[in-house]
Amino acid sequence: MLRSLSDVQADFAAALRDPAIPPPAGVVGPDGGPAPRRFAVYRNNVLVALGNALAGAFPAVGRIVGEEFFRAMARNYVLETPPTSPVLLDYGVTFPDFIAGFEPAASLPYLPDVARLERAWREAYHAADAKPLGAADLAGIPPEDLPDAVFSLHPSLRIVPSRFPIITIWRMNVSDVPPSPVDFAVGEDALIVRPDAEVEVRVVPPGGVAFVDALAAGETLGSAAVIGEASDSRFDLSGNIAGLISAGAFVDFRRQPEPAPW
Amino acid sequence: MLSQNPDFHSSRIPSRVGVGLKPEHYKAILGESPDVGWFEVHAENYMGAGGPPHRYLTAIRERYPLSLHGVGLSIGAAHPLDRDHLLRLKALNERYEPGLFSEHLAWSTHDSVFFNDLLPIPYDEESARRVSDHIDEVQDTVGRRMLLENPSTYVAFVESTIGEIEFLTEVAKRTGCGLLLDVNNVHVSCTNQHWNATDYISRFPVELVGEIHMAGYAPEEDDHGDPLLIDAHDRPADPAVIALYAHAVSRAGPVPTLVEWDNDLPDWPTLFEEARRVEAVLLGADTPEEADVALAV
Repeated sequence: MLRSLSDVQADFAAALRDPAIPPPAGVVGPDGGPAPRRFAVYRNNVLVALGNALAGAFPAVGRIVGEEFFRAMARNYVLETPPTSPVLLDYGVTFPDFIAGFEPAASLPYLPDVARLERAWREAYHAADAKPLGAADLAGIPPEDLPDAVFSLHPSLRIVPSRFPIITIWRMNVSDVPPSPVDFAVGEDALIVRPDAEVEVRVVPPGGVAFVDALAAGETLGSAAVIGEASDSRFDLSGNIAGLISAGAFVDFRRQPEPAPW
Repeated sequence: MLSQNPDFHSSRIPSRVGVGLKPEHYKAILGESPDVGWFEVHAENYMGAGGPPHRYLTAIRERYPLSLHGVGLSIGAAHPLDRDHLLRLKALNERYEPGLFSEHLAWSTHDSVFFNDLLPIPYDEESARRVSDHIDEVQDTVGRRMLLENPSTYVAFVESTIGEIEFLTEVAKRTGCGLLLDVNNVHVSCTNQHWNATDYISRFPVELVGEIHMAGYAPEEDDHGDPLLIDAHDRPADPAVIALYAHAVSRAGPVPTLVEWDNDLPDWPTLFEEARRVEAVLLGADTPEEADVALAV
């Protein structure tokens, strides 16, 4: 009996997803007979196309581990976590976590964080556009109102904390600068933002990760500063604010509304 | 349709050769304003919220007509279309006002897994009904006519009861959609399925064709050591495909033709030369009576 379209596609999809499953019955060559090599073209297309998508999104990871290793790692990820949307700009969100659990990559403990930086870079690249506030826009806030100010952060802004020098490693692997010795003991927390056409990657100063996270959560500047100080005694409020302004991290601000009178 | 964006170039796709737009060539194109008839983009690459892709595409759209080509809608799926994706396609059509809008006779999604490949379907009444329903939904939602592209295939199905051309013609008749004739796909599929490619072009309903695609393929071998051609888009069009193209335009007239090159991407001058090579064939075509119909898309 001939199968329904739904069954044909269910069989086809199952065999695409699991190389151990033989090509579906009813899928034939021009002679009407079984054609495993022909079906293998589709299997290969899927793995290559999705592998290419990952290679394009994680160029530094690819350069660090080499083409062959990357292809094998990507193949494992694709089979385990195929995309669920035809918009491949969004594919690979969980690839850094996968790398963290990928045994053959365990000798490169910084690799998952480099992948997180690349994912954040890609999200910033495709994020909504917004015009950042300049220093002049913020100069108008009366000093006594500053602690109660709540900032809207740029939609492209991402923070990737790391105990490894991920910015240094990433830069070395996405540009042609000659490699130099890296002190793997010095961590770099990364701030990624695209204020205009170019994605910028900067080192976050001490306490800055907790500070920016608090601002992103809608805390006032005053309470975010307390949180920043609590996370690192070296926290420097004005230095952090100046750095965020020059990075184009703020797009709007408002004074927190007065508490309701009851 | 009157343009909503006064800065945009006319929407109408001219009877010339266009080129598939790649990010690697944005700067060369904006710097040189090359004499190219139009550009085509894969819709899915412009579904981010913002950023450089939209800026470049807007700048190029101000200078050239644009065609929008979807590669992920899965029109051939037994399952319902992804409404969110359909709405994204509608939004892109409204934003960029493309002169042509096309998708594939294929499926790519099953149980919410996206395979990122153009997978084949059996040609029978059930598929024709399903594909026609989906195309009706696309045209109703997006609010315009679409072109449906003939696929490259590597396998056949025992379920198939009618030929590929009959299937495409029937779907176009039921839905009012036009057809996108990919001549490289014709050569690839005819070689792989042991059909006669010249005969395929001779029988194709050229009055429905609103656009032609040209590309390169990679030669492999099947289970019996026979040629198996892969739709690779990684090199210039093969001489056999150029010959089929000349045959196609001798029948259809000067239909807007796209040069696709998606893998092993060359530099812009090489791609531009390939477009000129194909355009020489297009401009050499006589204009038969069907041409007026074909261009009225």
